[in-house]
Amino acid sequence: MKILKIVTVLLFGGLLIYFTLDFPPWGDPQAPASMHVSPRYIERTIEETSVPNIVTAVLADYRGYDTMFETIVIFTAGIASILLLRVLKRTKSERQMYRHVPTGLTLRIEKGFGPPPGSKDFERIDLMWVPYDLIVKTGSRLIVPFSQIFALYVIAHGHHSPGGGFQGGVILGASIILFAISNNLRSSFTLISEKLAVLLCGLGVILYAGTGALCMFFGSNFLDYGALSHILGVDPVTARSHGILMVEIGVGICVMAVMVLLYYNLASAGRHDEGL
Amino acid sequence: MIWQIELIVLLIVLICGIGAIMVKDLLGAAILFGAYSFMMCLLWAIMGAVDVAFTEASVGAGVSTVLFVAAVFRTSRRTKD
Repeated sequence: MKILKIVTVLLFGGLLIYFTLDFPPWGDPQAPASMHVSPRYIERTIEETSVPNIVTAVLADYRGYDTMFETIVIFTAGIASILLLRVLKRTKSERQMYRHVPTGLTLRIEKGFGPPPGSKDFERIDLMWVPYDLIVKTGSRLIVPFSQIFALYVIAHGHHSPGGGFQGGVILGASIILFAISNNLRSSFTLISEKLAVLLCGLGVILYAGTGALCMFFGSNFLDYGALSHILGVDPVTARSHGILMVEIGVGICVMAVMVLLYYNLASAGRHDEGL
Repeated sequence: MIWQIELIVLLIVLICGIGAIMVKDLLGAAILFGAYSFMMCLLWAIMGAVDVAFTEASVGAGVSTVLFVAAVFRTSRRTKD
């Protein structure tokens, strides 16, 4: 059986490598891909959309319909992670661990008991892995705001430099994940709760599709951002660039929320109680 | 681009890719996969696809490694096969 597997892999891998020989060489100007649509994008992007980064213009404007469904794929991934992993039955765990903050003592409390209500001296900690590391906490507290500002820059500056909604959203989500790892899962719920994350997921997709629908409202085609010039008060070419920005913000919100949701569900095995 | 650097990066990609499926320790496999993604990111950058390189660095090397580590933390660390 194992030999059969190896033979299959080698056969299909060999066939794939053999057929790549028929491909045009890398960077060939005579290749079909660089003969038909690419010259038009390269020559006309700046005058049609006023966006210097051609990749962003192709992704969000010329192929905007494609990117909308990519966003919906990510939205679906977030919803699927909830449907597959989320444990909806609320059962309290058998025992819980608390840290007495002034002394640093760790207490194990059996079921039915708890810290005195209203006391701020006790802090709930995870059962499995509970280091109290000042360096990690302080270090991540320094990194998180800067990475969030960088993420916003990546989203907003995607017109001029590499970047855009997907990358910026992932960095924004990663900053929340870093906060969740360095503190604990429960304290990250105070930043973004599960409800808020699900809402933001949908909001991102609605922002994208809504921008497209707004263009239809002004009598253009779906996602033809030139029509936004009626409400933005700029010429249609600049309106395209603004429309791309609106769409990228939608993508960024959706991707950020989905990354956070995926992490919550994976790290806590769907219980949203204790996590990595 | 200097072709020697490209060749070295491509070799590391191959080694990391094969290592990620051969290794028994799933945490090690996740980290090898992150290294693989990062080297792929370098290759994209060498070929001039800067946007793709950026996506590969943030999604492939960044978040997906964290998600793999979280999944390993919640399941088992060793594979059966």
